[in-house]
Amino acid sequence: MSAEFAIDVRGMTKTFSGRTVVNGIDMQVRTGTVCGFLGPNGSGKTTFIRMLCGLLRPDGGSGTCLGHDVIAGSEAIRREVGYMTQRFSFYEDMSIAENLDFVARMYSVPDRKRAVDESLEKLGLAGRRRQLAGELSGGWKQRLALAACLIHKPKLLLLDEPTAGVDPKARRDFWDQIHGLASQGLTVLVSTHYMDEAEKCHTLAYLAYGNLLAYGSPKEIAQGSSLEEVFIRLMEGSPDNYES
Amino acid sequence: MREHTFFSPARLWAIVVKEFIQMRRDRLTFGMMIGIPLLQLILFGFAINSDPKHLATAVLVADHGPQGRTLLQSIRASGYFDYVRQVSSEPEGEELLSRGDVQFLVTIPVQFSRELLRGARPTILIEADATDPAATGNALASLQTLIRGALEHDLKGPLGYLSPGIDPVELRIHPRYNPEGITQYNIVPGLMGVVLTMTMVMITGLAITRERERGTMENLLSMPTRPLEVLLGKIIPYILVGYVQVGLILTAAKVVFHVPMQGSLILLLAVAMLFIIANLAVGITFSTLARNQLQAVQMTFFLFLPSILLSGFMFPFRGMPRWAQYIGELLPLTHFLRIIRGILLKGNGIAEIRGQVWQIALFAVVAVVIGVIRYRRTLD
Ligand SMILES: Nc1ncnc2c1ncn2[C@@H]1O[C@H](COP(=O)(O)OP(=O)(O)OP(=O)(O)O)[C@@H](O)[C@H]1O
Ligand SMILES: [Mg+2]
Repeated sequence: MSAEFAIDVRGMTKTFSGRTVVNGIDMQVRTGTVCGFLGPNGSGKTTFIRMLCGLLRPDGGSGTCLGHDVIAGSEAIRREVGYMTQRFSFYEDMSIAENLDFVARMYSVPDRKRAVDESLEKLGLAGRRRQLAGELSGGWKQRLALAACLIHKPKLLLLDEPTAGVDPKARRDFWDQIHGLASQGLTVLVSTHYMDEAEKCHTLAYLAYGNLLAYGSPKEIAQGSSLEEVFIRLMEGSPDNYES
Repeated sequence: MREHTFFSPARLWAIVVKEFIQMRRDRLTFGMMIGIPLLQLILFGFAINSDPKHLATAVLVADHGPQGRTLLQSIRASGYFDYVRQVSSEPEGEELLSRGDVQFLVTIPVQFSRELLRGARPTILIEADATDPAATGNALASLQTLIRGALEHDLKGPLGYLSPGIDPVELRIHPRYNPEGITQYNIVPGLMGVVLTMTMVMITGLAITRERERGTMENLLSMPTRPLEVLLGKIIPYILVGYVQVGLILTAAKVVFHVPMQGSLILLLAVAMLFIIANLAVGITFSTLARNQLQAVQMTFFLFLPSILLSGFMFPFRGMPRWAQYIGELLPLTHFLRIIRGILLKGNGIAEIRGQVWQIALFAVVAVVIGVIRYRRTLD
């Protein structure tokens, strides 16, 4: 797959009991780039990501994801996407290795045992493979989840606040890894609230209360001032603040 | 990487392995799976289904010959019957019976001894208040052999010509108020069905709601898996648990309760498998319908209550009103009870139970289909 855009959708809309949470969003993410997804709490980031990987049925919108129709092709999309949920959603009553093994089986990863071992090695958890996932600290859970969604070598990574609660060193390692993967052709859509992470993205999408307010490279968006100030200004100027 | 669009055995196996791991870690549930059959065996097997003796009995003696006396004595000697009243007329006895003052009314008819000696097979009438059939079943069952034994002694020597061949006395039993008597052998095999219904439905009932409540559903749904894989993957591991329960109850039935085992054990185990699957399938379907674990448990009881009451476990099936029988026919437990009692007690083979087996199979298939249809593949 070497199409120009890994994500190419228009008019994506989601309504929860009459309340529009994602409002006609167009988004194109070039294959092999890292796109940062920003916006205040409750702005619809998670909802948008879930629609991309078939976890929520869009109420409107069309387009493709990895070349598959974003609605009809959700089965094919799931196979090639690695989705890391915002809330830890692996099995806490299973060990680290068992969780990885389960994911590898579900995606029919060839040479499963090796894949699991390598993944543990890379994580630096080889020595704790038997530890229950529920006993890990918050940051380690995040790192396990990331390792798990990479195990089947997806073409697109959808990461929902992957570094929340992760220490600075691990965050830097994480971003190095992301850029390494992107240079090999992996596309990444990553939501975050950290400005230093936003700076590291190729493009940024800024969402507020369901509307896409800004889209472009960090430089284009910042226009000389700091990203943080731009975003705060955007947020305050946003027409309707649903949460209040 | 091969693409299995519709059904992937590998993914099914992935879920089976995962469920096994989780089951092993879940000590409480595992303990419950063993504890519930034990508890029920104790409750139903010992406490409730004891073998009641010394039941109040009235006698109506219209003939005072020696043979009648012998008979009454040996009936009392069985320990089941305590003569509390002697009545002088049929209506008087009837009234005692209907008021529940006595459980039995034994009538030695006029001319009993004479007819016996003439070889005319006089009738002994035993009327029983079988409202609670479990209470009278054993007592009645003991009668026939009892009477033959009693008279054998009297009918020796010169009267020996009366003894061989057919019984010298015709025993007529009228189980009143409730035509179908349940013996204690009915209860223990029936318990297997009841235990399986309760635990199997419950365990898979929690299967999907648990994933939803713990948030792991989001992850599972984002993986490329088909509803049937998930549902079967959650059913298969618990078949084993079901068999552990079956083994436990069968052992207790044999060793503790001495339930006869006439039919084929293999056949029984095969049918048990089907019944286990049917219940697991219902559970998983409940699980796809319920919003949370509490609802799933409530639905389990929604099935469990009619199953216990209308399947023929608690009350004789034929004693129930029509409408209740129609409901009962829909429940897999009803059919399983017939099968297991048929196999164990009557020595039924495939031919006799085939009709019931189909009903259970149909039930299982319908449950799985509803489950697959209702399984939500998205979070909305
Ligand atoms: N299943 C749902 N039912 C009803 N409303 C929902 C549902 N999921 C999300 N919402 C609402 O949609 C809005 C957007 O939520 P979403 O989780 O997408 O925000 P977010 O941008 O990811 O926020 P955060 O930064 O806090 O993660 C919120 O107001 C939320 O209450
Ligand atoms: Mg979110």
